[in-house]
Amino acid sequence: MSIGIAPPAHVAPAPQLALAPGRHSSLWGDAWRRLTRNRAAVLSAAFLLVVFVLAAGAAWLPGLADPTAQDLRLGATPPSFQHWFGTDDLGRDTLARVIYGGRISLLVGLVGTLVSLIVGVTWGAVAGYRGGALDDVMMRIVDILYSLPYIFLVILLLVFFSRSLVMLFVALGLVQWLTMARIVRGQVLSLKRQTFVEAARALGATDAAIIFRHIVPNTLGPVIVYTTLTVPAVILQEAFLSFLGLGVQPPDASWGTLVSDGARVLVLFPWLVFFPGAALSLTLLCFNFLGDGLRDALDPQTRKDLG
Amino acid sequence: MNLWNFVARRVLLMIPTLWAIATIAFFMVHEAPGGPFQSEKEIPPEVKEQLLHKYGLDRPLGEQYLRFLSHAVRFDFGPSYKFPSRQVREIILDALPVSAELGGWALLVALLFGIPIGVFAAVHHNSRADYASMGLALAGVSIPNFVLGPVLALGLALTLYLFPPALWESPSSRVLPVLTLATAYVAYIARLTRAGMLEVLGQDYVRTARAKGLRERAVVLKHALRLGILPVVSYLGPAAARIMMGSIVVESIFAVPGLGRYLVNAAFNRDYTLVLGEVLFYATFLMVLNLLVDLLYTRLDPRVELA
Repeated sequence: MSIGIAPPAHVAPAPQLALAPGRHSSLWGDAWRRLTRNRAAVLSAAFLLVVFVLAAGAAWLPGLADPTAQDLRLGATPPSFQHWFGTDDLGRDTLARVIYGGRISLLVGLVGTLVSLIVGVTWGAVAGYRGGALDDVMMRIVDILYSLPYIFLVILLLVFFSRSLVMLFVALGLVQWLTMARIVRGQVLSLKRQTFVEAARALGATDAAIIFRHIVPNTLGPVIVYTTLTVPAVILQEAFLSFLGLGVQPPDASWGTLVSDGARVLVLFPWLVFFPGAALSLTLLCFNFLGDGLRDALDPQTRKDLG
Repeated sequence: MNLWNFVARRVLLMIPTLWAIATIAFFMVHEAPGGPFQSEKEIPPEVKEQLLHKYGLDRPLGEQYLRFLSHAVRFDFGPSYKFPSRQVREIILDALPVSAELGGWALLVALLFGIPIGVFAAVHHNSRADYASMGLALAGVSIPNFVLGPVLALGLALTLYLFPPALWESPSSRVLPVLTLATAYVAYIARLTRAGMLEVLGQDYVRTARAKGLRERAVVLKHALRLGILPVVSYLGPAAARIMMGSIVVESIFAVPGLGRYLVNAAFNRDYTLVLGEVLFYATFLMVLNLLVDLLYTRLDPRVELA
């Protein structure tokens, strides 16, 4: 069943119904304009772009130290011209470790979000569109999973089974899809009964046309917004697990493990907490700003508030 | 539907949910590689047999499962594997007041600061004060507590010597854990309050209240706040639950002897009885909390029907 899970690129924009005559602008064009007018969102997007480029291109950055190269004679040094973020007790360059840590953190965030996106959108769309007993059963399952102390479950999964990166992706993605499923189902349910869908049906549109031309484009807004907010949630959870020693295992390091390592020598070398902590916090902040901006731009309900 | 029917139905629905959780958790723990007695490699086979017998682990799986269920109903999970002289129930009941106190204070702080900030921002909608407080709130949401905790400890405890840096003894030792735990919730509740108030302030009944000559203060605090606060009320259930989860980290950072710290240690020690007990206890707690929140919701908003 491919209800509501077509990728955005294949979807025609929803026809505009209530626009003043003469002014022709699409839903997405409007949203784009609103988003680019939001200074915080644009700045955040720019910051995230820089972080992504640094993380992805870390290996080719000129002058960046090897994050695993130790210099025991040097030891831990505060930030200096040579080492902008200082070095840790093994003499490793903190800047390099933060950039390479970002690779893992961002990777976990994106892959975990992708898992939750695929599972959640499929689940919610099927339940919402089919309705009836199937919907009841599917949503009851979601309810039950919701009431599970899921972070405990993730901890159990990671402690009892393997602590591999793949397991981490799966565990984090699988706990994040529930809200997505609910959002998509709610959207599909309410859209199914909207007058513009009825109008399309009255005009003789087929079910497939109704779903893909009318329902899907209208669910995309909330899905995009929630996806943007899921990425920082997953990054945060990975960092949380890594902080407890359950996430990424050495020699790999994420922002979470860096903060965790730094917290142990906090009094002596505070910069080892400060820089990875700031990188993590700023990235989360920017994702949240961007998510908020997208919501304001895409959600018709809050549009009025923008003034 | 009357109140008692509603409560009865919800309680009846909890039973299959809890059963499902108990079953999933039981078999997950059972399938986990390595037993609780495997870490001590020096145990002779006879002793191990004795141990297995003592905990009933030599019985067929089905029998173990039924025994587990019938005991779990009575909140009896047997002795902890790691601390055989203590019952799981005892450990939970000892740790609960500590976690409840930590969480309770954090929630109280969150409400006391979050709601006024949110109301203030909504009343000064789209002003510089609104943007500033909401920007700060988003930062508060974005800084992970395991980054905030060490930073606060470094600044307030280890540099300024205002509070003890760890442990859970004197009243002043509560300040840092509570502050660390509460920050994200202050911020989130402020955001929820603002959004709720903005929606309500535009409604007809608020206009009516203004039209009949009420002072703005009375309109906002007496009429608008009552409905504007509803998103916060419905957030209280999940918030209380998440505060328990967040306290895993906070309890670890500040060495607070609460449920979260026991859970992490139990998971690392493969202390299966303690893990199962904690997960079930937590799930029950969460469901009861959600029920209470729904009841509170109907008291605040007469339009909501029990369903």
